[in-house]
Amino acid sequence: MEKIVIEKAEDTPEIIMDAQARRLSFKGRSLPEDVTAFYKPVFDWLESISSSLSGEFVIDIDLEYFNTASSKIILDIFMLIEEICDGQKSTAIIKWHHQGEDDDMREAGEEYSEIVSLKFEMISY
Amino acid sequence: MSMDTDNMQSQVRTNSFNMLYSFYQCMIEEHIQIIYQGEFNQQIVKSVLSLSEQKMASADASVKKKVFNVMVECLQNICKHQYGAVEKEGSGFQPAIFMAGVKEEDTFVITGNLIANDQIDRLTSKIEQVNSLDQEGLKSLYKEARLNSRISEVGGAGLGLIDIARKSGNPILYSFAPAENNTSYFSLMCRISSSKQEN
Repeated sequence: MEKIVIEKAEDTPEIIMDAQARRLSFKGRSLPEDVTAFYKPVFDWLESISSSLSGEFVIDIDLEYFNTASSKIILDIFMLIEEICDGQKSTAIIKWHHQGEDDDMREAGEEYSEIVSLKFEMISY
Repeated sequence: MSMDTDNMQSQVRTNSFNMLYSFYQCMIEEHIQIIYQGEFNQQIVKSVLSLSEQKMASADASVKKKVFNVMVECLQNICKHQYGAVEKEGSGFQPAIFMAGVKEEDTFVITGNLIANDQIDRLTSKIEQVNSLDQEGLKSLYKEARLNSRISEVGGAGLGLIDIARKSGNPILYSFAPAENNTSYFSLMCRISSSKQEN
C-alpha cells in the first residue's frame, strides 16, 4: 500500500500515513475549518489497514498547537486505534512530541494517556 | 459646483477626519491593537491570527501560546455562531466584532456577536460554571466534556469556553445587550495574564 501524505498548511498539519512502515504522523498546527472533513482520510486509512495490522504501530504526534475540535478528533483517533489494536496482534505506541518548555502541550499528552489504554512515550525537544 | 456643495463636502471630510482621530485616540486609551468587524470565515481567522502574532509578540513563549489558543477559540466561536440568531429569529445579520490588545502587560481579547435570546441561559450557565472552577476543576471538566462530546454540525466540540478559561487563567467577563427580534448582542472578554500561571 502506498504512503499517503497530506501536505501541511497554515491551519492544518502534515499527515503521513505509511502502512508499510506501520506509522502515522502528524506535524504542525491543527485548527481546520471543518475538522471532521479534514481528518476523514485518517479514519478511512485506519479502517483500511485495520485487518492487516501486526507488530508495532507508531503514531507520532508532533503538534505545536491544536484547537478544541481537533482535540476531540485526536481522542477519537486514539480510541479507534485502541479498538483496532485490541483485535489484532499489534501494539500501538503514541510518541508525543513537545517543545521542552511547552508545559501545556506536555500536559495535553499526559491527559490523553490517562484516558486511553495506549502506550505513550513523551519526547521533549 | 456651488459654494454650498463645496462647504458641505468639506464638512463631511472634516467630520470623517474628526471621527478617525477620536477613534484612534480611543484605541490608544483602551490599548487596542487589533479590531476586525464584519463577517468571519476561516480566511479571516487565519489573517487575524497572523496579524496578532506579528503585532502582539509577547516575550514569553508560553504566554504567546496561551494568547494564540484563546484567540483561536474566540474567533472560531464567532465563525460557528455568527449566523445563529439570523437562522433562528430571522433577524438581519449583524456583523460580529473581534478586538485584542495589551493593557498593563495582560493581553485581552474581546468579541461581540448577535445571539438568539433562548441561548442566553445556556451560555450564562456555561460561563458561570467555568468561572467557578479552579485549574484542576477546569482540567477535569475539559477531560470529561471531551470524552462525552460530539463534533456538532457547525464543527465545534463544545469545549471552547472551558479551554478559554483554562488557558486565560482568569474569569471570563460577559454581557448581553438586548437587540431586536428576540436577539441580544453577546460580548465576551478574556484576559491572559503575562505572569506565569500555575497549571
